[in-house]
Amino acid sequence: MDIKRVKYNLYWLFCQFELITCSYLMEPWEKVLFYTFNSAVVVMLLYTAYIFFAVHLGTAFQSFLHLLGNQHENTVSVVK
Amino acid sequence: QKNGVSNGTVYKKTFIEHFEQAPMYVAVLTFLGFGVGTIFGYLRDFMRAWGLEKRSVAAEREQQKDFVPLYQDFENFYTRNLYLRIRDNWNRPICSVPGPQFDLMERVTDDYNWTFRFTGRTIKNVINMGSYNYLGFAETDPNALKTVGKELQKYGTGVCSTRQEMGTLDKHVELENLVAKFLGVEDAMVFGMGFATNSMNIPALVGKGCLILSDELNHTSLVLGARLSGATIRIFKHNDMQCLEKLLRDAIIYGQPRSRRAWRKIIILVEGIYSMEGSIVRLPEIVSLKRKYKAYLYLDEAHSIGAVGPTGRGVVEYFSMSPDDVDVLMGTFTKSFGAAGGYIAGKKDLVDFLRTHSHSAVYATSMCPPVAEQIIRAMKCLMGLDGTTQGLQRVRQLGKNTRYFRRRLHEMGFIVYGNDDSPVVPLLLYMPGKIGAFARRMLDKNIGVVVVGFPATPITESRARFCVSAAHTREMLDTVLNALDELGDFLQLKYSRYSKSAHPELYEETRFEFED
Repeated sequence: MDIKRVKYNLYWLFCQFELITCSYLMEPWEKVLFYTFNSAVVVMLLYTAYIFFAVHLGTAFQSFLHLLGNQHENTVSVVK
Repeated sequence: QKNGVSNGTVYKKTFIEHFEQAPMYVAVLTFLGFGVGTIFGYLRDFMRAWGLEKRSVAAEREQQKDFVPLYQDFENFYTRNLYLRIRDNWNRPICSVPGPQFDLMERVTDDYNWTFRFTGRTIKNVINMGSYNYLGFAETDPNALKTVGKELQKYGTGVCSTRQEMGTLDKHVELENLVAKFLGVEDAMVFGMGFATNSMNIPALVGKGCLILSDELNHTSLVLGARLSGATIRIFKHNDMQCLEKLLRDAIIYGQPRSRRAWRKIIILVEGIYSMEGSIVRLPEIVSLKRKYKAYLYLDEAHSIGAVGPTGRGVVEYFSMSPDDVDVLMGTFTKSFGAAGGYIAGKKDLVDFLRTHSHSAVYATSMCPPVAEQIIRAMKCLMGLDGTTQGLQRVRQLGKNTRYFRRRLHEMGFIVYGNDDSPVVPLLLYMPGKIGAFARRMLDKNIGVVVVGFPATPITESRARFCVSAAHTREMLDTVLNALDELGDFLQLKYSRYSKSAHPELYEETRFEFED
């Protein structure tokens, strides 16, 4: 029962998207084009966001570690 | 009671009009929809121009390709790419009388609205919310049409002449006397076509050197008549009396543009009920302005004659004014009387002048006798001259239906424009995708509606226009309202921010008793 409601709600949301962006009026090949373009844009946005956050968090974490454990790294490099 | 309302004492009853604006996100999403549509329109045009797609669109011939392009302006672009996609919601052929219910011919398209074909089936008993049938006189009841049948057998159908040659029948004289009596004026003249009444008679009344002050949202027939006359036209904002007064004052102070002479005459063109907004003209204020600045008033009562007023005599009676206040009363018989044609009424001098000088009288065929008889019987019914109170009952039923329909729509939360007493009910849809979806789904539920989009309305305010009729029963209106409720929830059309509770009966209990 719950699955049905969730599916109906998702279908309804999809209908709203179709109505607002006029893809309700498009022929099938136009819809394919439009959805491909939209999904490509969304995927690229997500990937950029992921990269941004990953790199940013990574460098923040590293500089944090650097502040704490500065001595260890120095001795390692001198021995080399 | 409101404070600070200018000219508030001129109205003898409250004048409530709604023009609510939708929230900002609606406008943004509408433009987004149009943007996507435009981009795909350019894509399709590109594909058609480069031969990647073969469709029969209007294009110039090969020899004319080097000339100035014919089909590149926005209106053609819009028609080709946006209107075409939802074209199946307009021009639907009907095959029965347009009463409160009618039959539609079923129509399918195989190639996305470029061509249509009829399957041969008819969709029966579709509830009619689009026809201008305000008093329900579009009927096929044999008792009602007895006299019309008799006149058809006596006169036939064709008149075969113009009014000034041999086309004036005794039926026309009888009809004109009846119209004059109905409206309470001295004389009237009837014409065969309502649109032609406006466009052919305004040039006879005004000419060069005259000034026409016309409302922003006037009908095309008035605009065409004004342009054909050659007079100077100035537009005032819809129903805005301050704007009109300013224009009148400027006209009288500054006169004609270069010679600064006084205008030969100043005429104000307004309509009784505006069919796209459902708003009623502010007649008392216009009449007081006209008297103060000595201008003439031309009132087009196409949608209001028979539909408003306690006995159906139009906006003049609705505001309890006398018909002598308006110089030229014009109206049509198409909407409330179930016939075709128009009339112009007023003082005898005016009508005698029009009988000799109107283009329609000289060149256009006069009204055909069975149609004239239909108007005579409808008018006699309205005035009570046929011995029954059926006419008055119809007017009252229309008033009740209008108020009920509008009240329920407001309660449900739709944005509805116009005056509370006008039987034309525009329901705002805004987004282009919803226009097509709304009309198609309503037809699936067996309800026929008229949706209106860009060239007839502003580009962001597309709407569905309902015309309430006295012939609609309470059950039909309830069916339509329930369908609208469902569809409004599914398509998210309930934009109003001022709606009352939709189910007030749940909250009737206002006193709570303490239980021991």
